Amino acid sequence: MLLKNKTILLTIFIIMNLASAAQLFGIERFPRPQFESDYQQPRMTSPDPRAATYEYIDIAALLAALSVTTFLILKKRSRRGVFVMMLLSIAYFGFWRKGCVCSVGSIQNVAYALANPDYAIPISVIVFFILPLVFSLFFGRTFCAGVCPLGAIQDVVILKPQRIPLWLNHMLRGIPFLYLGIAVLAAVTGSMFLICRFDPFIALYRMGGDWGMVSFGVALLLVGVFIARPYCRFLCPYGVLLGWLSKFSKYHASITPDECIQCKLCETSCPFEAIDVPVTEKPVESQTVARRRLAIILIVMPVFMLLGGWIGSHLNKPLSRLHPTVRLAEQVNNENAGRIYETTIYSRTFRASGETMEQLMAEVRQIEHKYKIGGWWLGMFLATAAGMALINLSRRRRQTIYETNHTHCLSCGRCFDYCPRHHALKGDLVQT
Amino acid sequence: MDKPNKNQPVSRRTFFGDTLRTLSALGLGSLVGFGARKATSEELVWQLDPDKCVQCGQCATECVLDPSAVKCVHAFDVCGYCKLCGGYFKPDAKSLDTAAENQLCPTGALIRKFVEDPYYEYTIDESLCIGCAKCVKGCGAFGNGSLHLQVRHDCCVNCNECSIAKACPSNAFQRVPASKPYLYRGVQRKDFYPEK
Ligand code: SF4
Ligand code: SF4
Ligand code: SF4
Ligand code: SF4
Repeated sequence: MLLKNKTILLTIFIIMNLASAAQLFGIERFPRPQFESDYQQPRMTSPDPRAATYEYIDIAALLAALSVTTFLILKKRSRRGVFVMMLLSIAYFGFWRKGCVCSVGSIQNVAYALANPDYAIPISVIVFFILPLVFSLFFGRTFCAGVCPLGAIQDVVILKPQRIPLWLNHMLRGIPFLYLGIAVLAAVTGSMFLICRFDPFIALYRMGGDWGMVSFGVALLLVGVFIARPYCRFLCPYGVLLGWLSKFSKYHASITPDECIQCKLCETSCPFEAIDVPVTEKPVESQTVARRRLAIILIVMPVFMLLGGWIGSHLNKPLSRLHPTVRLAEQVNNENAGRIYETTIYSRTFRASGETMEQLMAEVRQIEHKYKIGGWWLGMFLATAAGMALINLSRRRRQTIYETNHTHCLSCGRCFDYCPRHHALKGDLVQT
Repeated sequence: MDKPNKNQPVSRRTFFGDTLRTLSALGLGSLVGFGARKATSEELVWQLDPDKCVQCGQCATECVLDPSAVKCVHAFDVCGYCKLCGGYFKPDAKSLDTAAENQLCPTGALIRKFVEDPYYEYTIDESLCIGCAKCVKGCGAFGNGSLHLQVRHDCCVNCNECSIAKACPSNAFQRVPASKPYLYRGVQRKDFYPEK
């Protein structure tokens, strides 16, 4: 019996290999049996994806959370209320909805849709992208305050916030621009969704996942005990967009409900160092000098942008390695040249697929070309961002009161409680 | 440039702010409008094309879920009901019985049931299946290819970008409309894709 089975198997195997060109599908090696008994052939079950109605519930929840948080910040001026919103957001957008698609990640879907007309972007994704931005344009970053699940989980661990040196703060605040630029480039070229791949908290919300990302998330939370919201301030690419729009926001949270009495009590209250202090000392330089410098920056800017673009476009080869096809070609090339002996599952699959090396290299050249063009944009974008930062730094500020920095303030409402005017208005200082 | 007008600094600022706000709103609107040329009200979900799959085993290891949301499914109408099932038995099986050491499936998720001589029915216990594709490979090599992998949507959390999609060596993963969430083999493909 045993021997016979083996022979059968072997025979089948040989036939198989002979016929392997006409692989698998559509070939019935064994005809469908004619059953004599009244055997009923079962059907495959097809469990449905999450019902579409949930998408609408999610959108409604987002709108409601944004409205309530905005109301709590701007009208109620209630930090406690915002805290409750954060907990709700962690529960709903985090643990229940398991994070996807979040507004931060939706940047990539929108970028991908821009470059690939074939990709039909779901309306719910667009809403998740646009709604927080619109709110930011009118009310400041209330999304960050109480709705974003990534922000909320970091916010609840802020226990001993430390101030970091100003220069370091300025440097680190540049990273999100780089991250945003590269992530959009990777999405547009169809390489990968970088922001999703390196989402530090999704694994926590799903309670499981790649251990590398779990430890990254845990590490960020540990750092976050001392450096408030490190992801938000020094990584989050969506924060760049929110910050831009929030800068022009019509109604933004302010520390004092009416007037600033220069008591300085709120000066260090913001764990994100997003409070601008009044300019007290007389400017050391005359207006003309400042103006001349601004003019110089403005003139040099286009040159700077071109230079940035040129550098970006010349980085296309290393950047294009974000695309799996480019990495595959590199592996196959290395194998062919005998530089690497170990094959990978990707190179083996490629060789078995019958695709030629020429076809692969043509694909790679196409991708590299995309990165060349994208590199120009990336470089110009980063140069512009750097230029704007320079202008901002060298502009003379004429501030007279303590005020939230509309770009970096996350509208969390912590500073409210430090302001005596806030309490005077609430009338809760009377009893002492 | 803009010399602050001592009399009406506020109105100038307001005007400036309003202009910028309008511009930003317009910019946002056109960006999204352009991106949304082809927007659908329908959600997209991930599915793998069994005709592209090369049974590499990444589906079991790369999913963000453990066990994977990819499971083996069985197109019964394609199956030969073989006594000697290439998906059920190891190639070096000592005997054709259900003893664990003869089974290809590492978790015993494939269940063999006698129908009538010489036919056996094979079903999958999805709570045990880890999507390792061993049986799929065996069935494809020795049988009719009726066992195949599918993303099961009662498990899948629909990541914005499926982790397996990026790890799949044969690019078998694609986004499909949520109303047509399965790319089956056999007649049941017509349940969702009547044209094919
Ligand atoms: S900065 Fe980014 S991660 Fe932080 S709360 Fe805002 S959108 Fe979320
Ligand atoms: S609301 Fe106040 S404490 Fe909170 S981020 Fe803004 S400035 Fe900082
Ligand atoms: S990763 Fe791709 S090729 Fe590998 S088993 Fe899954 S679908 Fe098949
Ligand atoms: S979308 Fe996520 S959960 Fe679903 S199969 Fe892919 S990795 Fe697994």
